Amino acid sequence: MPQPAIQTERTVAETMITIEARGLRKAFGTTVALDGIDLHIEEGRILGLVGPNGAGKTTALNAILGLTSYQGELKVLERDPWTQRDELMQDVSFIADVAVLPRWIRVTQLLDYVAGVHPRFNRAKAESFLAKTTIKRTSKVRELSKGMVAQLHLALVMAIDAKLLVLDEPTLGLDILYRKQFYDSLLNDYFDQNRTIVVTTHQVEEVQDVLTDLMFINRGRIVLQCSMEEFDSRYVEVMVNPEHVTAARALKPIHERPVFGRSVLLFDHVNRDQLAVYGEVRRPSIADLFVAVMSNNTTAPPPLPSQAPAPEITK
Amino acid sequence: MNTQSDNTPETTGVNVPGYSRSSTQPFFWSVRRELWENRSIYVAPLIVAAVVLFGSLVGSFHLPGRRRLAMLLDPAHRRAAIEMPYDIAAMIIILTAFVIGVFYCLDALYGERRERSILFWKSLPVSDLTTVLSKATIPLVILPLTIFLIIVATQFSMMLISSAALMPSGLAGTTWTNFNLFQQSLILLYSLIVIALWHAPIYGWALLISGWARRATFLWAVLPLLAIGVLEKLAFDTSHFLSMLKYRVFGAGDTAFAFRPQHGVAIDSLLQLTPGRFLATPGLWLGLAFAAAFVVIAVRQRRYRGPL
Repeated sequence: MPQPAIQTERTVAETMITIEARGLRKAFGTTVALDGIDLHIEEGRILGLVGPNGAGKTTALNAILGLTSYQGELKVLERDPWTQRDELMQDVSFIADVAVLPRWIRVTQLLDYVAGVHPRFNRAKAESFLAKTTIKRTSKVRELSKGMVAQLHLALVMAIDAKLLVLDEPTLGLDILYRKQFYDSLLNDYFDQNRTIVVTTHQVEEVQDVLTDLMFINRGRIVLQCSMEEFDSRYVEVMVNPEHVTAARALKPIHERPVFGRSVLLFDHVNRDQLAVYGEVRRPSIADLFVAVMSNNTTAPPPLPSQAPAPEITK
Repeated sequence: MNTQSDNTPETTGVNVPGYSRSSTQPFFWSVRRELWENRSIYVAPLIVAAVVLFGSLVGSFHLPGRRRLAMLLDPAHRRAAIEMPYDIAAMIIILTAFVIGVFYCLDALYGERRERSILFWKSLPVSDLTTVLSKATIPLVILPLTIFLIIVATQFSMMLISSAALMPSGLAGTTWTNFNLFQQSLILLYSLIVIALWHAPIYGWALLISGWARRATFLWAVLPLLAIGVLEKLAFDTSHFLSMLKYRVFGAGDTAFAFRPQHGVAIDSLLQLTPGRFLATPGLWLGLAFAAAFVVIAVRQRRYRGPL
């Protein structure tokens, strides 16, 4: 099926397209990791790629980064990632998860090396980010805590003047403070209208207010994509008072879950004022929508437990 | 910090001070990176050199007696006897470098996959070709140059030790008249180049295996070769394959040097170097062709293989 393109509120003629894919497909033996995906991501967007484990998120990112071969058409910043990875990496930065910095290297060596090979690396900038941390220049990566390694990698990446930043579970295993800092730094000190960020994470609560676009992916297919403006206008969650449940159900909620003996119903494209009479109307979380979409997706694995995964930070 | 929004992305990074646009040297920094990670490349030969020097220090107590005996021999044999410890020192360090080089190559493309840092290296604008060539440079250029310096320094120190030990007996000068360090250094340099060229396919093979194997790189590099040899022996009762392997490890000397039978392996004249004959050996060019093929496959492996 054709995928609707992610639309910005106004499509300007000169807007650069960062990632353009048509029929992107990748199979490992008989396992299909990507089953014909279309992507159209413009610059200045922050796209969240959400999906269960094994949905194909990492494979999609690997294809975009030139780390894996693929079938179909894919252009990243107008280059073919598989054949032009080294050129592409002048304009693309990548944080896989916190464990990929070589453990034997010293902080100064890391800075020397990146400055020596990367034409768009601003060492002074990296140094000033590091100055805000407790990371010692003479330390080896193996001597740093997990959080410090993440800070170090982030300092490197933020000092690279890239057009596309790809983050694959960047905050995995970090504590709340580091995670918060991570996204705050990215938004305040890095992101601007000329850059694009693609992020996958299981901790969707903490990126909900960061994203401009959202994409759900399951079994190698895109099952939902929308901008966050669209998300806010389309989806409404109502905590329905018990006496109204039947009436509310008549409006065809896409999902229903019990919370403290009351029912929380999730609606798509239903008038807010109409719903307000049944109970408290609120903005759904990405996690709630994810559960709803996944359990309605007939090809999905057995439905997840009706309760949404507990958010890491209660807002 | 939104300086980029004022400029086009193309011009930022070029004009803003602090960016290193024009001066990136991916190959140079990739080689340095290897030396940061693998300090054994120079530490191990240094340790062996220190052991050799300690040995010659201990041995220097018996030196005056041995030198007196050597002085009774005819000039050629005397020379050979005096030269021998220096040759042994050089050979031990060369052997060490060979072992380091093979094990370095076996880990070069495997270690980064095992510790997942390949994802970081691949996120930088350095091609797989540059990376693999920088790794091949270590055993083919860096190690020979390193041990050249270490061997010459070791031999010079040994000469000082022997001179000091022989000073009381008045034989100190015999070391300097019988061992010409400058000439021996030229011979050493030539030998190291010969060995590096001859062993190139061995290092290439090790690189290929390290880019391919998912575990136990040493076993994957060695066992299949031995298996072929054993199979050949069992099936045809011949050992061409094993003798080919032996020739690849030890065969360079026969064509690169003109040994004098009565002197064993001692080389003490530049006239004994036969580069023309060495360059005319088909085995050299065949080996280099294999080395190039192995490196090409290793580059391809690096492109296809991800973290383990």
